[in-house]
Amino acid sequence: MDRVMTVLMILSISIIVMVLHSVRREHIRVEYSVSWLTSAVILLILSLNRDAVVWLAQLLGVASPAIAILMTVFFVFLFVGFRFSLRVSALKDANIALAQRVAILEFHIKSAHEQQKTANG
Amino acid sequence: MSRRLRGGPGSLLILIPCFNEQGAIGHVVRDVHRVLPGVPVMVIDDCSADSTIDVAEQAGASVLPLPHHLGLGGAVQAGYRLAFELGFQYVIRVDGDGQHSAEDIPRVFEVLRRSGVQMVIGSRYVRKQSRNYTNTLRGFGIVVFRTLLRPILGRWVYDPTSGFVGVNREALQVFSRSFPLEYPEIEALVVLQRKQFRFEEVPCEVRPRLAGVSTITAARSIYYILHVLLGVFVNVLKFEGGRRRRETSLYQLRTTLEEEAPEPEEPEQAFQPEPEPERGALS
Repeated sequence: MDRVMTVLMILSISIIVMVLHSVRREHIRVEYSVSWLTSAVILLILSLNRDAVVWLAQLLGVASPAIAILMTVFFVFLFVGFRFSLRVSALKDANIALAQRVAILEFHIKSAHEQQKTANG
Repeated sequence: MSRRLRGGPGSLLILIPCFNEQGAIGHVVRDVHRVLPGVPVMVIDDCSADSTIDVAEQAGASVLPLPHHLGLGGAVQAGYRLAFELGFQYVIRVDGDGQHSAEDIPRVFEVLRRSGVQMVIGSRYVRKQSRNYTNTLRGFGIVVFRTLLRPILGRWVYDPTSGFVGVNREALQVFSRSFPLEYPEIEALVVLQRKQFRFEEVPCEVRPRLAGVSTITAARSIYYILHVLLGVFVNVLKFEGGRRRRETSLYQLRTTLEEEAPEPEEPEQAFQPEPEPERGALS
């Protein structure tokens, strides 16, 4: 149990450090770091509070607090992954619309240039 | 070369989405020009790595080059958007691999113009003697989709995966705003059904591709089937959700109108028939 808590604490701190480092270097935008930091802080609190883990195990109906921790980690990251799937889908839609608009505008510009060339002889 | 394109009453545009089709596209464009001289041809190049753009332009097509690869649906929708903006009334889409014969385009156009339906599909399976170059797995998929679409569309569609499709301006408007991005043909039919649009199928010949290889391999066919099944399911859900919302708003509208409606006035006496005196009644 202690080892699991220690591993969870190291994992949480690593995530927090990695995310903060990435935000500082502008590899992740601040709004996308919120999900990760919130998840990591929840896991850190769990790793530091044994009573909370035992309470969580009772709540989830599992015998071992270690399994409760694993389940929590799994669901937290499932939620974060789903949230990013939504974001990626929206970005893909926006990207496609943008690419189509760029292509159409380029087409109009090219047509206008050719018309101008023809008009100028 | 981008010619001056402008739609007008009865105008037709031939749309050819392409990805790495340098071996076939020149022949396809020249074939269309031979059968339909004067009809503009627009090639949508989905960021090909070969010389598709040059070959298409040399053959006399206008080219819409996409800045990066969008997939078939994204490319076709870009063409629909441009055609709608340019004011075309009809758009017929054919594949860039040369599988569709340009000889069939006038027949599709005629049905599209005369029947008043929003979409006409060039079908391999309406005429039984048409040769079929589809692989077994894809053939099985077509049978599955046909059976699946029967209750949704309320009628049989024999070739739901055909890439030979004509649309009128009504459908063009819908598709320029909303079009499925991957494997769009089947989902597009469900989108049309949501709008209560109609379609017809016209027999057409399908030839083996002139060059290159199909992007739909056997392994991809399985993904194709799953993807389309999910897409159709989601579209049906949207349709049901939309119908419920429409019914709810209609009910609310009716209730509001009934509540706000003034009490019916007593009809004027002059319009009431004179009560007949009872027989035998004493005056």
